[in-house]
Amino acid sequence: MTTIAHLIKTFTLWEFVKAHWLTLQYFFKPKATINYPFEKNPLSPRFRGEHALRRYPNGEERCIACKLCEAVCPALAITIESEPREDGSRRTTRYDIDMTKCIYCGFCQEACPVDAIVEGPNLEFATETREELFYDKAKLLDNGAKWERAIAANLAADAPYR
Amino acid sequence: MTSFFQTLGMSYEAAWFTATIAGILLIALPLMLAVALIIYAERKLWAAFALRRGPNVVGPFGVLQSFADGLKVFLQETIIPSASNRGLFLIAPIITFTVALMAWAVIPFADGVVLSNINVGLLYILAISSLGVYGVVIAGWASNSKYPFYSAMRAAAQMISYEVSIGFILICIVLWAGTFNVSGIVEGQRGHIFGFINAYAFNPLLFPIAIMFLISSMAETARAPFDLTEAESELVAGYQTEYSSMAFALFWLGEYANVLLMCALNAILFWGGYLPPVDWAPLYAVPGIIWFFVKILLMFFVFAWVKATVPRYRYDQLMRLGWKVFLPISLFWVFLVSGYLMFTGHFA
Repeated sequence: MTTIAHLIKTFTLWEFVKAHWLTLQYFFKPKATINYPFEKNPLSPRFRGEHALRRYPNGEERCIACKLCEAVCPALAITIESEPREDGSRRTTRYDIDMTKCIYCGFCQEACPVDAIVEGPNLEFATETREELFYDKAKLLDNGAKWERAIAANLAADAPYR
Repeated sequence: MTSFFQTLGMSYEAAWFTATIAGILLIALPLMLAVALIIYAERKLWAAFALRRGPNVVGPFGVLQSFADGLKVFLQETIIPSASNRGLFLIAPIITFTVALMAWAVIPFADGVVLSNINVGLLYILAISSLGVYGVVIAGWASNSKYPFYSAMRAAAQMISYEVSIGFILICIVLWAGTFNVSGIVEGQRGHIFGFINAYAFNPLLFPIAIMFLISSMAETARAPFDLTEAESELVAGYQTEYSSMAFALFWLGEYANVLLMCALNAILFWGGYLPPVDWAPLYAVPGIIWFFVKILLMFFVFAWVKATVPRYRYDQLMRLGWKVFLPISLFWVFLVSGYLMFTGHFA
């Protein structure tokens, strides 16, 4: 009896008909994907995207060249050189992040005692050449200026959980 | 069309020549355009089956996506591997492409609208589609690289196996229609069921072979679930692996022209070709070519639907299906159909 049922199922292509009916139902369902460059998914305040060096509201750089981020970076992507400035405060003369090495773990952000280096919400920083991904201090400060508002809001949103 | 050119003051020979060239261009150029659009349509269909959006950026709703892709491919550098046989390597995509276009010569687009209305049209199609395997085999062999070679071997075995059962299926149709002429087969379907449904597929005796022909034509064009020649998880890109630029594009065009041809054949042999679905006078107000295109597109939807649903067959399963299932069944069906026709005195 089961063999007959199996034979009938085989010759009527029953499983195929069932599968095609299922896929046809999916065909008429609404799309699951968003229209990406025009629509975007919400991001968590903890999202770890492109790096930025922040400044205080008075325009002073936050980074004090403690090199904790350089020490903690598991991918050895960060390179820092520092010197005392004329007013005697210690500042970086060089702050490079090799974005091709970075693994976006967020340790630099965790290690930073002054919230200077942060990973912002920007994830669309693809470039056409590799060299453009070797970020220097100017580029990072520029990012900080560009994304400060979003970064500050994210830090504030996440503060109660830290 | 010959008479039209004769009215322009040409001799019969010159008019015939011009008319044929014009006919070829009238078929080939829209066909290329159709191929570009059908690739886009297929990507959209798969996307819909997978709940994705598909190409939607280039042009309105992404219609120009294929043209953008084509432009990108044409601007690429043509790379000819130094280990390959240069002549054969370059001639293989040309064979695939021309052969895919050649078969369209006998396809009737509407009543009497056919480039060459030869009496053995179906045999011609069978012969031409058999030639298609040469492009693939030569490509695989001339590449002098292992994955293309495996792919070529597979393609040869696969296409030849399924051509056998396609041959028997065509014999059933030819027996029933009593002619090898493609237009004759379409006309034979006029009012075939109860005197008003124009399709062989609704004949209970012919429906199973309609399904078998559909499946065989998928295997013949090496499409999913039978796309073992391009099984990317095993063979990189199959016989196209070493190709780039124009040559690669020619393979693509040829492949999709073949798919369209198989859709057209399905429509012609089983679904009434250019005839409206029902033999009812007002439906003839719509030109036959529209009915034909609608049927081709519906068949193409089925092709894409199957590709989106069924996973790839294993090679032994493919061979088993071809030789141990389709061949005996189609042979049996030739016996059944000819027996039925003999019994009912169909043969005069």
